[in-house]
Amino acid sequence: MQFFGGSEISPSPPAPTASGNNAHMMYVFNRNGVCLLYREWNRPLHTLNAQQDHKLMFGLLFSLKSLTAKMDPTNAERGNLGVPQLPGQGCSFHSFRTNTYKLSFMESPSGIKIILVTHPRTGDLRESLKYIYNLYVDYVAKNPLYTPGTPIRCELFNTNLDQYVRSIA
Amino acid sequence: MAAIYSLYIINKSGGLIFYKDYGSAGRMDTNDSLRVASLWHSMHAISQQLSPVAGCSGIELLEADTFDLHCFQSLTGTKFFVVCEPRTQQMEALLKVIYELYTDYVLKNPFYEIEMPIRCELFDFNLSQTVQKDCVALLGR
Repeated sequence: MQFFGGSEISPSPPAPTASGNNAHMMYVFNRNGVCLLYREWNRPLHTLNAQQDHKLMFGLLFSLKSLTAKMDPTNAERGNLGVPQLPGQGCSFHSFRTNTYKLSFMESPSGIKIILVTHPRTGDLRESLKYIYNLYVDYVAKNPLYTPGTPIRCELFNTNLDQYVRSIA
Repeated sequence: MAAIYSLYIINKSGGLIFYKDYGSAGRMDTNDSLRVASLWHSMHAISQQLSPVAGCSGIELLEADTFDLHCFQSLTGTKFFVVCEPRTQQMEALLKVIYELYTDYVLKNPFYEIEMPIRCELFDFNLSQTVQKDCVALLGR
């Protein structure tokens, strides 16, 4: 895993892959599985209540990560299925696609997981997720009033995020 | 190096009925392949629950750091999935061909018990032929 460069130089946002607002929702989890942020832009279908939904999403990512770490065909020394792994250790994944949505996933070295759910025909969003991570660093991690591990309530972060997500996908 | 690393077929309850390795590093043993297959079955089901839009039929493509996983689910719930090198093309077509082979050589085999592990010589033979020539043959389809 590459470590993300100095956060003081926020790179210019990567060019949008297409126009229009195709983003459905976004999750931010910390390394303990606490949902720090949930934003919803366009979600017609709710199958579960919010808390159950967040738990299921974190569980899906956790299990998919242990699945990819176990399946990695380029590495002969993989541990058992489900062996605990630090962020950046083992083979991870960056997106999956179904017929109705595409989920893009990024994990920072500190275990912050950013998940963006978009239209299935969206392109590669890895750069966009890095940009969102930079927003997180600038507006949340550097906010003196923010206690790590608590839900994010930063207006600047939300407005910038909304603005950026509207421009991508 | 082979473009395809391995092929799995799982039945509608998540049991592994066919597994073939085409040269991944460090072969998985039987128990591990069974576990991975049933884990994939559950992940596939959970991904349908988390869909923001109605009518989701589960993961079709998983892009990991070192491989891509393409999955095809038949109408009866049998799932076929291949693990291949990142950005390998034509995998949907390959899965359809494998499904055809499955219907022809497995389901039409009178000695095959449905939902049980596949042990059909003709299927193995035709499958290895398809996978060998897949890059050439599928482009023309």
